[in-house]
Amino acid sequence: MDFFTHFLAVYGSLINFIGINALLALSLYVTLSAGQLSLGNAAFAGIGAYSAGVLTMHYNAPFVVSIITGALLAGIVALAIGLPVLRLRGVFLAIATLGFGEVVRIAAVNLDITGGAQGLVGIPNKTTTWMIFLALAAASYFIARMRTSRIGWSFESIREDETAAAVTGINTTYYKTLSFTIGAIIAGLTGALYAHLNYIITPGEFGFSAAVNLLIYNIVGGTQYWVGPLLGATLLTSLPEVLRGIGVTAGPIRMCVNGVILLLVILYLPNGLVSLFGRASARKTKVRADSPSGEV
Amino acid sequence: MMLLQIDRITRNFGGVCALESVSFPVERGTIHGLIGPNGAGKTTLINVLSGLIKPDSGSILLDGAPIHHLPPHRIAALGVARTFQNIRLFPAMNCLENVVAGQHLVAGRPLFPRLLNLPSARREEQTYREQAMACLERVGIARRAQVLARSLSYGERRRLEIARALAMRPRLLLLDEPVAGMRRRGLEQVGDLLVSLINENMTILLIEHNMSFVMRVCSTITVLNFGSTLTTGTPEEIGQHPQVIEAYLGGAGCHA
Repeated sequence: MDFFTHFLAVYGSLINFIGINALLALSLYVTLSAGQLSLGNAAFAGIGAYSAGVLTMHYNAPFVVSIITGALLAGIVALAIGLPVLRLRGVFLAIATLGFGEVVRIAAVNLDITGGAQGLVGIPNKTTTWMIFLALAAASYFIARMRTSRIGWSFESIREDETAAAVTGINTTYYKTLSFTIGAIIAGLTGALYAHLNYIITPGEFGFSAAVNLLIYNIVGGTQYWVGPLLGATLLTSLPEVLRGIGVTAGPIRMCVNGVILLLVILYLPNGLVSLFGRASARKTKVRADSPSGEV
Repeated sequence: MMLLQIDRITRNFGGVCALESVSFPVERGTIHGLIGPNGAGKTTLINVLSGLIKPDSGSILLDGAPIHHLPPHRIAALGVARTFQNIRLFPAMNCLENVVAGQHLVAGRPLFPRLLNLPSARREEQTYREQAMACLERVGIARRAQVLARSLSYGERRRLEIARALAMRPRLLLLDEPVAGMRRRGLEQVGDLLVSLINENMTILLIEHNMSFVMRVCSTITVLNFGSTLTTGTPEEIGQHPQVIEAYLGGAGCHA
C-alpha cells in the first residue's frame, strides 16, 4: 500500500496522461473503423476542453454539466462539418480535417474568451484519475459492443469497400457522419476532462502534432481491433518516462525514438502491436461458425 | 407481369454515349439475359439500375415505382441486389462475416440490446448467423466460412458475392458475369442455383459472355450494341436474329 501511494505520487500524472491519450486514440479509432482518415480529433478535443473550461470558469457550471456540454458541443460541430467534408475520401479528407483543426486552433488563439495564445488559465482541478479511467472503460466497452451492432457492421463494410457497402443497403453518408460524430464526442469528452486536470489549456496542445500523434497511436497499436489504440497510446506515452529512467532525456531524441518505433511497427507489424497477441484477437473474428470444419 | 420497366435510359460519359435510349421490360420470376459485345453498355446499365450512376434521361420503374433518382442504398432497400464484374467483397472479413455484413437490410442488430449484451440479442444473432450459413451453403462454399475473402479462389469469390447478395433477400438480382472464369462444374452449379432462385419468386437480370450458359438459363434475352437495344427475345429468336449474329456472335454463328 505504501509502495502504491508512492508510485502514484511519482507517476500519477503519467498515468493520467496515458488515460487521456488512450481515450483520444480511441476517439480516432472509431472514425478509422469506418475507413475515414480524420486529423480533426485533436481539434474536437480542443472544442470540448475550451467549452468545458469556459463553462466552469466563467459560468460556474457544475463539473458534470461542463463535461457533458463539452462532449456534445464537439459532437454537434462534427455533425455540421462532417456532412460536407465526408464527401472527400482518403488523404483529401485528412487534409480537410487538418484545415478544420487549424481553424479551431487559430480561433482559440484569437478569441478573448479562450484566453488567447496564453491559454485558459486557472481552470479548477476537478478531474481525478478514476474519472479518466472510468471514461476509458466506458468508451472501450461501448466501442467493443458497438462492433456487433448494425452500426459496427456498417462501419466495417464501408471501410472494406464503400461501393459494395452502398449496394448492400448501407447509407454510407449517414454511417460515415456517425463515425465522425461518435469520435468527436469521445474526443470532446476527453478534452473536457483534460481541461479540468491541469489548471491550464493552451491552443497549441490541440494542434497539428497532437492530431498526428493520435494517428500514430492507432498505427503503432493497430487499427483492426479496439485494444490497438490503447496499446499504442500506453506505449508511446510512457516511453519518454522509460527512456528517462535509462538515462535518455526528453527532447529531439524522443521524437527520434518515436519515429524509429513507428518505422519498425510499419515494417514488421503492419497490423500493429495487437497482432503480437495472436491472430484471432488481432483480426477481430466477430463471427465463428459453430463447427469450423463440420459442415459439408 | 413486369417487375422492372426500363424506359429510354440515356447516359453519356463526356462525348461517349454509353447508353442511348435503352428500353426493355423484365418479367417477374424470369432470368433475363443481357448480352452484347464489350463496351455495349451492359455494366453501365447495371450501374444505373443499382443507383451507382444516374441516368441523363429516361426512367426505371420497379413494380411501377420510379427508382432511377434514388441513391444506391435506397434502391437496395427496395429489394435490388447486385454483384460486380470485378468482384467487390469485404476482403479483410471471412466469408461468413461478408454475408453477415450483407444482412444489413434484413437483420435488425439494434445498438442498445447489443450494448447490454441481452440474451434476446444473442438469440437473434444465432438466427442471423444460421441464415448467413444457409446462404453460403446455397452457393456451395459453406466449408470455407472461416476463410478470409481475400484468400479465396476466383470462382469462390464470385460465389461469395452471390451469397452476400442473397443475404439481402432481394426481389431483383443483378448479376454481372457471375460465371466468368468458372469451369463446367461451377457453371452447372451456378446455373442450377439461379433456376432454384427463380422458383422462389426472385427475378434475375444476368450479364454473361458465356453464350451456352445464357442460352441454357435465360428465358428472355436483350442484346445491347453500342449503347442501344438491338433486340429482345427468346434464346431461339436471338440465336437466329441476323443483326445479333452479325454484331455479337460473329459470322461463324452461335455455338449454343
